[in-house]
Amino acid sequence: MVTNVTSLTRSGLADFLVQRVTAVIIALYAICVFGFFLANPDMSHGELKGYFGSTSMKLFSTVTVLATVAHAWIGMWTIGTDYIRQHYFGEHATTFRLFYQCGYLLVLFLYTSWALPLFWGL
Amino acid sequence: MRTERPVFLSLSPNKFHWPITALASIAHRLTGVGLFVGISFLLWLLDLALSSEGGFVEAGRVMNLPLAKLGVIFILANLVYHLLAGIRHMLMDIHVGGSFEAASLSAWIVFALSTIAVAAIGAWLW
Repeated sequence: MVTNVTSLTRSGLADFLVQRVTAVIIALYAICVFGFFLANPDMSHGELKGYFGSTSMKLFSTVTVLATVAHAWIGMWTIGTDYIRQHYFGEHATTFRLFYQCGYLLVLFLYTSWALPLFWGL
Repeated sequence: MRTERPVFLSLSPNKFHWPITALASIAHRLTGVGLFVGISFLLWLLDLALSSEGGFVEAGRVMNLPLAKLGVIFILANLVYHLLAGIRHMLMDIHVGGSFEAASLSAWIVFALSTIAVAAIGAWLW
């Protein structure tokens, strides 16, 4: 049996809500940044830096990085608990799933510690 | 003698085909994993372009490589599908299009819109 101790909020309902709120944040950010690139095909380094370096964009980027971590945590957890279980992976499924969970958490930690200094260093 | 015998429902691959809603669901998961991996490349490109004037030029050079272009188009394809499928999901959350017929139709619509959007993005980036 799979328990939810490794899910983001330990509650399916809360995870459900967090997944949707973070989805909206990420969607808005993606549309904004995509729109900026679309509207400025011949942008310079200064323009790009000016766009991401503004205080409002630094805050928006930070919120989106944190939203992405939560969103990916819930998504990767869901996929892991659906497929990495004894029915498919035999008796060591739990061990394998724990390594998988540690793996994506490490990746999300690395992404965060890469992205946040990148945006705040502008 | 009983004439009604239990019916064996063969679900072997040649008998069973995935409904479009199942394909939409698995594609939502696959594109999510694709983004989990792909975001590292986008972040690397942005980091490079923001680092300095030279880095900006270097990022432009990287983006001119066919493989990098294909990579970015692929990652954006994952993003577009994941976004549209997510909107479909949230409409279902508020009980819009929950029936099987409506969900099948919306799955087709999401696939079709994604294809169009990815073609447009591909034409723009190439």
